[in-house]
Amino acid sequence: MQRMVIQRILIGLVTLWVVSVLVFIMTSLLPGDVASIVLGQAATPETLAAYRAANGLDQPLIFQYFGWLANMVTGDLGVSKAGGAKIYDLIAGRLGNTMFLAGLVALISVPLSVALGLLAAMYPGTWIDRSLTFGTLALISVPDFFIATFAVLILAVQLGWLPAIASVAPENTFWQMARGIAMPLIVLVIVVAAQMIRMTRAGILNVMNSPYIEMAILKGVRRKRIILRHAFFNTIGPIVNVIALNLAYLVSGVVIVETIFAYPGLAKLMIDGVQTRDLPLVQACAMIFCGTYVVLIIMADVAAILANPRLRNPK
Amino acid sequence: MSELFEIDNLQIQARKEDGTPIPIVKGVSFNVKAGQVVALIGESGSGKSTISMATMAYCRPGLEFPGGEVRLHGKDVLSMDPQDQRSIRGNKVAYLAQSAAATFNPAITIGEQVTEAAVLHGTLTQEEANRRAVALYHALELPDPERLGRRYPHQVSGGQLQRLMAAMALVSSPDLLVLDEPTTALDVTTQIEVLKAFKKVIQEEGSAAIYVTHDLAVVAQVADHIVVLYSGEVQEQGPTEQIINNPKHPYTKRLMAAVKPTPKAGMGEKLDEEHSRDIPNIEVKNMTAGYGGIVNGKPVITVLRDINVKIKNSHVVGVIGESGCGKSTLARVIAGLLPAAKGEVFLDGKKLEADLKHRSAEELQKVQFVYQMADTALNPRQMISDILGRPIEFYRGIKGKERREEVAKLLRLVELPVEFENRYPSELSGGQKQRVNLARALAAKPEIMLCDEVTSALDSIVSSNVIKLLKKLRDETGVSFVFISHDLSTVGSFADEIVVLYAGRVVEQGPVDHVLAPPYHPYTRLLISSVPELRVGWLEETMQKREMAVGIARGVEITDTGCPFYNRCPIAIDGTCNLETAPTQEPHPDHFISCHRSMEEIEAAENAPQQVLHGFEKADPDGDKAAKAH
Repeated sequence: MQRMVIQRILIGLVTLWVVSVLVFIMTSLLPGDVASIVLGQAATPETLAAYRAANGLDQPLIFQYFGWLANMVTGDLGVSKAGGAKIYDLIAGRLGNTMFLAGLVALISVPLSVALGLLAAMYPGTWIDRSLTFGTLALISVPDFFIATFAVLILAVQLGWLPAIASVAPENTFWQMARGIAMPLIVLVIVVAAQMIRMTRAGILNVMNSPYIEMAILKGVRRKRIILRHAFFNTIGPIVNVIALNLAYLVSGVVIVETIFAYPGLAKLMIDGVQTRDLPLVQACAMIFCGTYVVLIIMADVAAILANPRLRNPK
Repeated sequence: MSELFEIDNLQIQARKEDGTPIPIVKGVSFNVKAGQVVALIGESGSGKSTISMATMAYCRPGLEFPGGEVRLHGKDVLSMDPQDQRSIRGNKVAYLAQSAAATFNPAITIGEQVTEAAVLHGTLTQEEANRRAVALYHALELPDPERLGRRYPHQVSGGQLQRLMAAMALVSSPDLLVLDEPTTALDVTTQIEVLKAFKKVIQEEGSAAIYVTHDLAVVAQVADHIVVLYSGEVQEQGPTEQIINNPKHPYTKRLMAAVKPTPKAGMGEKLDEEHSRDIPNIEVKNMTAGYGGIVNGKPVITVLRDINVKIKNSHVVGVIGESGCGKSTLARVIAGLLPAAKGEVFLDGKKLEADLKHRSAEELQKVQFVYQMADTALNPRQMISDILGRPIEFYRGIKGKERREEVAKLLRLVELPVEFENRYPSELSGGQKQRVNLARALAAKPEIMLCDEVTSALDSIVSSNVIKLLKKLRDETGVSFVFISHDLSTVGSFADEIVVLYAGRVVEQGPVDHVLAPPYHPYTRLLISSVPELRVGWLEETMQKREMAVGIARGVEITDTGCPFYNRCPIAIDGTCNLETAPTQEPHPDHFISCHRSMEEIEAAENAPQQVLHGFEKADPDGDKAAKAH
């Protein structure tokens, strides 16, 4: 089992390396030239060449890549091409915001959706199950920006309970922060929970057809215990994978929700970076997003391995 | 005073989509007295499993109880509220399912599953239940009883799981045990071991039991009373002796006729020799194969060692042995699915590439594989016309109207109506699917068919019909068969030659009449003695034989040196059999036995089975199948 876990981690590292190559190549292919964007229309060919030389942009791509990779590994994310600020400082604040929001959403949505999924599986065909199934299907089908706009319309415009714009500042208290991010929080919980509820329900009901569940019924075990003790532990693998994918979405895929609520998160920073052709910034953000995916998927795999008694206890 | 358990005019029905009821069980009545074992016997579809679950007021989704009563201690359980029904299940009535491997939850320890019912129903505390479980493990002769409860189901063998299920059922001392085909999926040797344990425990616990099976020979060993079912109705019922010795109903007689005979010489039909040519169809020479890749010219896990087998034209070669002996691996090597590490396979005298990727289309066409489970081998989304038509087109280039005619011809050949071409596999019965499965292989016009346990999943009547069909196919098409089975009586009735595989080595091979007659290899002897006979008292008699006591208690173990059967052999020679490879002897032409004992010694041991030969002093008390290292 240890071998399998180590193998997963090694594969994860290789994936990260491949990702770094892809990120670097893709960003280099982006149209537009950093030097001319930074120096503006007043630039002469001489100043452009001087700028490129100073920033290593005249080197062959492969040298640029290894230089970038070496800096990245040692924690030096470089200097923003637009504005000259350290990328580390740009990202640090935004990453904190993103993690704060994602963490809160995860904390609420994961237990909530597993519980609701189990509830639906416990009473299949009843009104609880039907309304959950219908509700989650509807929410999955609707794009997240629509849910966000709709939430603004109801909660901010009609009822006036919450601010339409998310605001966070370092000096805010926790409760001010919580109120400030309530809108994106609600929207994101709704978006990610729907999928996880459905997966939990489907996973449990799939296992419910197994002979060992019939055996548990014939032993006189209550349905609640059958689901929680007999079925749930055989469903952990697929459930943690869906959870991991949804958590990764919370870090990288929330750009639309961040834009609507003007929330200063990492995804929005990356979009800004693309607009200003700020390659080092885009690269750093892309690596963080991919890294998050890889780490979460590895964690899901390891959790699935640990939950499998066959792998945990070899013969 | 009412009986312990009565089923009175029980009816169970399903419903069509439009709501019209389809009766499944049509008014069945029988009683079970305290301490009595009642057998429900019938073929698949007779409703016997459905009735057995109705004892706990349970029916599978889609079924319902429109009428009748199921009374436990005089009270009808069908009319109880769900809470009371639940308190009966696993408490007053306990159930043992057919496949223990599927019935144990893979994610929960054995101990928790065994004790769960007793603790949940409040009959025992967890402490008491644990102690009772350990006592039951002892009674069921399970290995390492003190620590067994902490293991997971995948860590014990199939036969052990089957006995553990008995422990699970018995832990809350139920008044009635329901056993649903508990030994059907097992090897003959494991079946005896499990039957013996069940019988002992039922007697010691004094509980009543309902034993569901299609195997009359098994019933004769365990039941006091027999209920014969057909299509949801009781055909005949009475005491075991009466039903076995003097069956009245024609259906019971049919069941009796389908009981597998004890394998012996002369049970098969003689084949006229005119078909055979000098060059064998398939010849396997000095073949070694295994799994896990090849290191230093040897597989990481060696399954087969130095195999030499010849299959003559239009001959049937039966390959027998317990599970884990390498039977399927042999077929996979011949088919090229598993390239051999050493040795060659010849087809019509021409060497075949080890890997099927390098074989020519013509060579692929000549060797066809038939899988055990027609359910999984046939594509559920393809109609029969496609399942059969595609290989016809692929191998023989026949298209359009001619292809349809070929499909019709094939269906007639396997005795199915031509209209079946427009059906999907799910619309066919188990036996019909197996016929399509055979026709699919025949569609390629092969020279040899590798049949892997094709009758093992079928009940006795259907299976004997499939064997009849195979004989007809061999006579009409001249195809050779490699017929893999753990069922010696089926092989004996159908094969021309038998190859006995044990732990990856051929221990005996030759014409059926020689293999199934003395002198036997000790392993062949064990297999033959393990086939249940249709008479009361056979089990007790057999278990008294010394060869059985040792042979049954242990399992297949693949060894690198010496004779692999050493640890189960009643006539093994210490210091020789465990160290040196057994020499191959030829008591008759083309009949080979690999054994250190001379033929005279083997025959002497058979004639004096109670005499302990020198060298047999190595039986260790805990030498159970658990000892096998994985």
